[in-house]
Amino acid sequence: MNEFVATVVRGLGNGSIYALLALGFVIIYKSMRVISFAQPAFMMAGGVLVSHLVLSMNFFLAVLISLLLTALLGAGVERVALRPMIGKPVFVIAIITLGVDIVIRTVVNSFIGLDIRQMGDPWGLKQLKLLGVTIDQRHLATLVTTLVVVAALFAFYRWSRTGLAMRAASSDQEVALAQGVSVGRVFSLSWALAAMLAGLAGVFLSTGIGLEQNLWLTALKALPVIILGGLDSLGGAVIAGLTIGVVEALVGNYGGNLSPVFGGDFFLVVPYLLMLLVLLVKPYGLFGTREVERI
Amino acid sequence: MRGRPLLYLSYGQDMALLNTPAKRWWTLGLVLVAVLLPFMLEDDLLVVLATAFVASIGAIGLNLVTGYAGQVSLGHAFFLAIGAYTAAALSGDPDSTRLIGFGITSLPIWLLAAGLVAGLAGLIVAPLAARLRGLYLAIVTLGLVFIGEHLFKHWRDLTGGVGVGRPAAVPELFGLQFAVDGAIFTKAQKLYLLMFVLLVIFGVLARNLVRSRIGRALAAVRDRDLAAEVIGVDVTRYKMIAFAVSSFYAGVAGALLYVMIGFVEPGSFNLAMSVQYIAMILVGGVATISGSIMGAVFITLLPRVTRELPAVLPFISSSSTAGGITIFQVETILYGLLIIGFLIFEPRGLFGIWVRIRTYWKSWPFSH
Repeated sequence: MNEFVATVVRGLGNGSIYALLALGFVIIYKSMRVISFAQPAFMMAGGVLVSHLVLSMNFFLAVLISLLLTALLGAGVERVALRPMIGKPVFVIAIITLGVDIVIRTVVNSFIGLDIRQMGDPWGLKQLKLLGVTIDQRHLATLVTTLVVVAALFAFYRWSRTGLAMRAASSDQEVALAQGVSVGRVFSLSWALAAMLAGLAGVFLSTGIGLEQNLWLTALKALPVIILGGLDSLGGAVIAGLTIGVVEALVGNYGGNLSPVFGGDFFLVVPYLLMLLVLLVKPYGLFGTREVERI
Repeated sequence: MRGRPLLYLSYGQDMALLNTPAKRWWTLGLVLVAVLLPFMLEDDLLVVLATAFVASIGAIGLNLVTGYAGQVSLGHAFFLAIGAYTAAALSGDPDSTRLIGFGITSLPIWLLAAGLVAGLAGLIVAPLAARLRGLYLAIVTLGLVFIGEHLFKHWRDLTGGVGVGRPAAVPELFGLQFAVDGAIFTKAQKLYLLMFVLLVIFGVLARNLVRSRIGRALAAVRDRDLAAEVIGVDVTRYKMIAFAVSSFYAGVAGALLYVMIGFVEPGSFNLAMSVQYIAMILVGGVATISGSIMGAVFITLLPRVTRELPAVLPFISSSSTAGGITIFQVETILYGLLIIGFLIFEPRGLFGIWVRIRTYWKSWPFSH
């Protein structure tokens, strides 16, 4: 039983990283109807900035500064590479973000180098005994931070004026423009927010285990998450992220007897298989809105 | 019709493969140059060009499904892998205890089989495409790449496993071995000519397909699937055709791609490979066959060209261990910037540039 609970908590920890990443994807999708493949690059950028900044300052201050810088990077990318493409087919814009990802990630990789970079976080690999269950402190920290961030984000969308503007622009850009919403600013803000969330995910992903070049592949696990939750559902992203994290951890822990057939690291593809299964039944994800088309 | 070469009296004339004299002369010239090249260039450059020709076949396949039918697929690497392993297994050593092999080294047989198996896989995936559209489909096909990569890494009897790999298919036609140096031609020259002939065959086939009823139906599905359905195009059927044909081309390209290196490694069929093919059709020109070839040649030659850069720009170092900017970083960044730049400034790709040059000279000295 204790092992089961520990596995679930580990899954929730990883799942909240997926949820943070997925939220970034969904925020961009809601504002521009585009999937940004540049999220892995922002995630790595956030992580690598902290790992450099932490050498000369407190960890939390380093996280704060690196998140601000990542947000600036996101807004900058939107302004330079995405703004000229407004009105073009979404597929083309998605491929542009792929190009952006390749460029940024190459630059970031040169700052990571070939070794693993330590984040200098206060949790490390320390463990905590809670009601007889051993949990990694970093998983708990990730989960709590994610819940706080998600709550703040939902409050921002629900109650702030800017959040209202973003919701308006998402539901109908032209009407929003007519009401005096600056859609361009909404785009910038969405990219900044998404980059910041990805950066935060990058920081928590590399706490304890450290940051290395191949870590960017984890960011792609957010893709099955957003498909599962529905591309335009913030709540769906969080729920699907946590679900996939937990399922992945459970398969990783108990799926050992499947290994002769599927290999010991079968849990790595579980998110994608789950996505395929759900899509066969519900083509717009669990919480996504069905596209309505006019003839 | 003498003196009025652009006067068409029938639809058939207008839709002909080479419908203008300029096209006829250009094609003749290009084919002549391509046939003469192996006697003028170094062997290592010939191998790169042969690889580019094979990549062109794969890019044509992707352009059929993504460019003509408008179904964004990031799963091309998966189909390439299926083709590569079908061919490698068929022509593999039957006595090997480590790997599956059937000892059928005849090129037409394993090439067709590779295409057919990959095409079948495409047919199985196609129902997903019938239900999904746009970016949902892109991500699902991306998932396919990850699942395939995992499968190929673990199916050691077929693929040899990560870091080990297996020998690629053996190209042999009527007793003639292509992958060994012969008395008259070197290995590179033979492979170059083989790949060129195959590219011409598959290129003409694809060109014929897209100017037929099927091609028009695919374009209708791409432009507005709902409208296409209303005028009587069976959308699901044509999406399946698009996926099957595209995967067939991918399978063929996958089977041939590793003949040059002689070796297949399961880790190479990843997302980066899919992105590379997407880059080829975007840089070359979406929904054009000649554009696919231009893009594939351009993207395949890019690393070769950047390798010459350190000689010109001394601040770029050619080794990966030294400090400063390395050649690999320049190559990757250039590749990313090319994708972004082409999409922003020349969305119709190299083919679009060519069309502009052509129109300029056609109406020269008038600007319109």
